[in-house]
Amino acid sequence: MVKGMYIHIPFCHQICFYCDFNKVFFKDQPVDAYIESIGQELALWKQEGALDQPLETVFLGGGTPTALTPEQLERLLELIHKHVPMAEGVEWSSEANPDELTREKMEVLFKGGVNRLSMGVQTFDQDLLKRLGRTHANEDVLRAVETAREVGFSNISFDLMYGLPGQTMAQWDETLERAFAFDMPHFSAYSLIIEPKTVFYNLMVKGKLNTVTEDLEGDMYERLMDEMEKHGLHQYEISNFAKPGHESRHNLLYWDNEEYIGVGAGAHGYVNGVRYSNHGPLKKYMEPLAAGTRPVLDSTEVTMKAQMEEEMFLGLRKTAGVELAHFGEKFGTPLEQVYGDILEKEQAKGNLAVEQGYVKLTEKGRFVGNEVFEQFLLS
Amino acid sequence: MDQEQRLARQQKIRNFSIIAHIDHGKSTLADRILERTNALTAREMKSQLLDSMDLERERGITIKLNAVQLNYTAKDGETYIMHLIDTPGHVDFTYEVSRSLAACEGAVLVVDAAQGIEAQTLANVYLALDNDLEILPVINKIDLPAADPERVRQEVEDVIGLDASEAVLASAKAGIGIEEILEQVVEKVPPPSGDPSAPLKAMIFDSLYDPYRGVVAYIRIMEGTVKPGDKIKMMASGKEFDVVEAGVFTPKVTLRDELTVGDVGFLTASIKNVADSRVGDTITLANNPAEEALPGYRRLNPMVYCGMYPIDTSKYNDLREALEKLELNDAALQFEPESSQALGFGYRCGFLGLLHMEIIQERIEREFNIDLITTAPSVIYHVHMTDGEVLNIDNPAMMPDPQKIEYVEEPYVKATVMVPNDFVGAVMEICQQKRGNFMTMDYLDNSRVSIIYELPLAEIVYDFFDQLKSGTKGYASFDYELIGYKDSKLVKMDILLNAEKVDALSFIVHKDFAYERGKVIVDKLKTLIPRQQFEVPIQAAIGQKIVARQTISAIRKNVLAKCYGGDISRKRKLLDKQKEGKKRMKQVGSVEVPQEAFMAVLKMDDQSK
Repeated sequence: MVKGMYIHIPFCHQICFYCDFNKVFFKDQPVDAYIESIGQELALWKQEGALDQPLETVFLGGGTPTALTPEQLERLLELIHKHVPMAEGVEWSSEANPDELTREKMEVLFKGGVNRLSMGVQTFDQDLLKRLGRTHANEDVLRAVETAREVGFSNISFDLMYGLPGQTMAQWDETLERAFAFDMPHFSAYSLIIEPKTVFYNLMVKGKLNTVTEDLEGDMYERLMDEMEKHGLHQYEISNFAKPGHESRHNLLYWDNEEYIGVGAGAHGYVNGVRYSNHGPLKKYMEPLAAGTRPVLDSTEVTMKAQMEEEMFLGLRKTAGVELAHFGEKFGTPLEQVYGDILEKEQAKGNLAVEQGYVKLTEKGRFVGNEVFEQFLLS
Repeated sequence: MDQEQRLARQQKIRNFSIIAHIDHGKSTLADRILERTNALTAREMKSQLLDSMDLERERGITIKLNAVQLNYTAKDGETYIMHLIDTPGHVDFTYEVSRSLAACEGAVLVVDAAQGIEAQTLANVYLALDNDLEILPVINKIDLPAADPERVRQEVEDVIGLDASEAVLASAKAGIGIEEILEQVVEKVPPPSGDPSAPLKAMIFDSLYDPYRGVVAYIRIMEGTVKPGDKIKMMASGKEFDVVEAGVFTPKVTLRDELTVGDVGFLTASIKNVADSRVGDTITLANNPAEEALPGYRRLNPMVYCGMYPIDTSKYNDLREALEKLELNDAALQFEPESSQALGFGYRCGFLGLLHMEIIQERIEREFNIDLITTAPSVIYHVHMTDGEVLNIDNPAMMPDPQKIEYVEEPYVKATVMVPNDFVGAVMEICQQKRGNFMTMDYLDNSRVSIIYELPLAEIVYDFFDQLKSGTKGYASFDYELIGYKDSKLVKMDILLNAEKVDALSFIVHKDFAYERGKVIVDKLKTLIPRQQFEVPIQAAIGQKIVARQTISAIRKNVLAKCYGGDISRKRKLLDKQKEGKKRMKQVGSVEVPQEAFMAVLKMDDQSK
């Protein structure tokens, strides 16, 4: 059953050097028409009956949703309200760039029902920010947070990045210290992954990117976890930290292997046992919708075997881990029966622990999560 | 045909090879000759027709020999039957070259008009002279801007001692001089001698396995006549067969009623294994045998050995089948089962040389789809034990306890390197580094030098050729011949991963170089073996003594801390890729070791520089 929705806004005023998501420069794009297309896709989902139940989470991501003008944002929210039933206490997030987040846009978002902001802060080192291709300044963050609180947002999260080219531990420490000064209830902290078709990738291939070592990245991750803990933010997933009660429910929905609708160009979704992705190029996304069909590029029915694998390699990302009873109920086979030898092996290595009915990564295992997750692939 | 016709025809036969250094244009010249004699229509004409296997074409090396019958109407108005016999152009296959030259009365010596004589040219000329061949020098690529035909003509006279005054100036590429070459073949190459009514003597100069016909033996008739239905006998093995087909290549397979003196063609006789049709052996008639075999036969012995193991242990039987199939076609390939603690079950395989080894390895991976781990190649060491026994050791792991060894001998070669004199210093440095003993040095002309060293074969088997090429910007040419065994201070170096000895990584090294090599190899292995979930010490040891150590630190962090906006397939792909990568590695004890690590000993010198 569908629990949440992801909506993709693929426009940016500036393209970050590490970003490989589906995005285009805002300028000269058919942004208004795109928003109408989102409305059309939502209407189709409604027709298909996928929106009969109220949703518990909505997430506006990108690209940059805040690249839209206040009027465009207003229209987008209006369309969402028109088609999407929301549960009482829905968690409705929007990504936001600090420098684009004007009071006017915030008011539109807040009045329109958005109740959580995820701000792309990345780092408080001005020099590093520039080297990431980001345009905001530290003052923008300060102003944006103050204004957001005035407008009424209490649930705000910072996105941080570490393992950036040339980043030192001292710089990471400083970013963490400055971040904690804001007393945020939630942080996501991602290590830089250099993906093909990005500026960073091209620089790396030419040998011009001063990448950090695995050891330093590991140290930064350890520092991150220690500092979050000290500041009362508990780690509930590999890269997510929150004060109690502020965990992102939308985020958890992915790791809980739940179903969600993905809307917009290049968006991914998981509905009625089928994982699908939409066409990424705007034209390819918009044309089928104008003709009344969903712009699906690719869709796969997830086999039982693949579902089990996903249940594990997604679920183990959570600090809580995977509940044995839940697995048994969901698949009709006890987890121990499917993965008994792996549980044993990984426990012996000290990567996994089975406690109080949950299997979870140990602190040691968290550092080598991919090595552990890989074991759960059945093929 | 009656006797008289056969003798008359014999006078019109001309058998010849083309000998050349690699890249001097042998294949192109062969193509032009085929075109000129209308052996092929243009449509049939594929570039470089004589190199038939894909692998050969990719590497630009002829591995399997071929022989083509051509008809050429000369200026004297007569039509001649020519057999052009192709020879492989690599030192690993010297014996095959000598046999195919023995099938000829003449050789066209192709020398590049710009580069002059190279080591291989010289080696092949000597082989041709050994076989009393009439040598026709051809100076090729005269249309190149850097061509200096007169200098090269002088070089041929000075270095080889041939009369080059009538050397044809040619450009195979541009089709210049082809006619002249063919005329010289008619004029200068003597017709075959031999008596068509004498007992049969047919020399095998190559053979290949055809799944439908069995072994196809490439033969040159020296004496007598053979036809389908004859009972033949292999003089070396004594085995007898009934001839099914006899024929020639034009280059298409063309069946004939008989093959007689001077003919170069093939016969099939339901022979199941190429080992029964060995290169150099003499075929005679079972009921009218020749008194003695043709001279020059020798059984080919491998010079280089290595272990081949399937990465996926369940493919052991597939590997055996692959080797058996390749063996059908390759009498020089030897293999026997062996097992390694580190690698499990595999085969110890013997090869003529490093190229031969690489070709077999590549064919197994490519044609049979078996991922292999190949251990570093080894030569055969003669180990003289204190009790007087002499062991032939071709696997470093099998080297006995040093306490029980009196002394060890290793094979040496005489290596000839030819370079422009600017690189003499570089060549000598490399040879010195490879434990070479300087023999002589000769100036071929005022800019080129021939340097002769005695070198341990083991050093050549490693990366000598690569180093030589890079050290001389590719200008050096190189040839070697085995000269025998010499006493050497050798020790076995063991490699330990995570405190466990990995037998497949052991190698033999000269005592004086042991510490340095130990250090280089542990450093190299550190770069080749990925970090594991625990710290892995790498040690190099001679006996119980650790001579070098490195440590691969444990994985510090490998977890994807990035959100892909609900794109689960990306996470899955990443994990799949990671898992796939590990399948290409071999679990040795608890350590995952990639293929390349087992060849690390070969690449040691990249680092020492």
